[in-house]
Amino acid sequence: MATVSVCQYQPRGFSFENCKRNALLEADSTKFGFNAPAARKTGTTICGIVFKDGVVLGADTRATEGMVVADKNCSKIHYISPNIYCCGAGTAADTEMTTQIISSNLELHSLTTSRLPRVATANRMLKQMLFRYQGYIGAALVLGGVDCTGPHLYSIYPHGSTDKLPYVTMGSGSLAAMAVFEDRFKPDMEEEEAKSLVRDAIAAGIFNDLGSGSNIDLCVITKGKVDYLRPHDVANNKGVRTGSYRYKRGTTGVLTKTVTPLNLEVVEESIQTMDTS
Amino acid sequence: SVNGEWRSSKVSTGTTIIAVTYDGGVVIGSDSRASMGGEYVSSRVINKVVQVHDKIFCCMAGSLADAQAVTNAVIHQLSFHSMQMGEPPLVQSAASIMRSFCYNHRDELSAGFIVAGWDSKRGPQVFQVSLGGMVLEQEFTIAGSGSTYIYGYVDAKFKPGMTREECLTFTTNALSLAMDRDNVSGGVVHLAIVTEKEAEKQLIPGNKLPVIQSLE
Repeated sequence: MATVSVCQYQPRGFSFENCKRNALLEADSTKFGFNAPAARKTGTTICGIVFKDGVVLGADTRATEGMVVADKNCSKIHYISPNIYCCGAGTAADTEMTTQIISSNLELHSLTTSRLPRVATANRMLKQMLFRYQGYIGAALVLGGVDCTGPHLYSIYPHGSTDKLPYVTMGSGSLAAMAVFEDRFKPDMEEEEAKSLVRDAIAAGIFNDLGSGSNIDLCVITKGKVDYLRPHDVANNKGVRTGSYRYKRGTTGVLTKTVTPLNLEVVEESIQTMDTS
Repeated sequence: SVNGEWRSSKVSTGTTIIAVTYDGGVVIGSDSRASMGGEYVSSRVINKVVQVHDKIFCCMAGSLADAQAVTNAVIHQLSFHSMQMGEPPLVQSAASIMRSFCYNHRDELSAGFIVAGWDSKRGPQVFQVSLGGMVLEQEFTIAGSGSTYIYGYVDAKFKPGMTREECLTFTTNALSLAMDRDNVSGGVVHLAIVTEKEAEKQLIPGNKLPVIQSLE
């Protein structure tokens, strides 16, 4: 007997209905004067450069929560694998968890294949995850490393698009850092020159962008070696007070001095044992 | 724009893309600018002409994340299909695979494509796979935000059965004109020339592009 079946469209993939609901709720609650807590963002200037023997990644160290600096020395260069590191800009929790998830998956992949992981693999994993979440995971990343095919550098945007380039910058200070790179980048630089260029690019972001500040961290990755320089440069030293407002003894003249002992009688004494079990 | 809203917008390819058949092959070209919020150029050298198989190329337009995701899926599926058939795939197959992705996810994606190449059955072909999944085969086609500025030029200047040199001049002129007028197209010109013998890639840097006054 023939059965009539109605083909129903089965919605597949992640449902973003709650994101719309949350946006509406937040908009409504602001009317009553209630501001939802701001997500801690990294503000940030992050950048990376490919030089002769490898890759140099750089980052500032300020984490902001709205208009307040939440962490003056946070670490934005995350470990992905022994030969691959990733800088993260955007929502701090998102960059932290995303890089940890991919790092874990990449280690399993590396154990299965018995090979050192490739930067292109990490890039694919990151972009496929971010695309799946359609930009709601606010993670903008600079991924760099050296593998069997050479040094590679990628920039990954929150919506899941990637660029493979010799120099990249991301974050709120990216325009200032990119200006420095566009002026002074040359292919096949030496390590010291590359480190100096990345340091200057991050410094441009730190001093010209309100969302970036504090120190400059660098990570130099070459074949078989990683130099994690934290901090590479303390660009903003806390000032030392040059004077003191304390008055010296003798500033105020003493005319008379009288000592009066207070004789107190013990009226009642009681002991209460403390329960230390 | 004072608050930097471009930061939270998607990377868009902006774009001018073009594919033109000539006598014996097809020329595919694109600009190289990726922008965010119509304000910030996030990359000035991206290649929007992607090789999906030996003799088949595809140009991306629209949201870069969507376009990259679809293109990678098409490369994967096309190589599988080609292995199953035991022969190089038809350009029509590539366009069809592209269309099935664009149509089935038409509510979630915002990317359009041009699929062009050469196969042994029908020679050089150009297909436009637009936003909702419509496929149109044409002798030449333009797409992307910059294409609106050059419809007049391409309609007036195109001739069927051009030579390779005439076709390259036509394509480069069209792209230069669009890049000059569209703010989200620019950079360098990426070209791919596909014939029966080979698929050749070329890059024309910005300062070597034809200057408007000297176009005939």
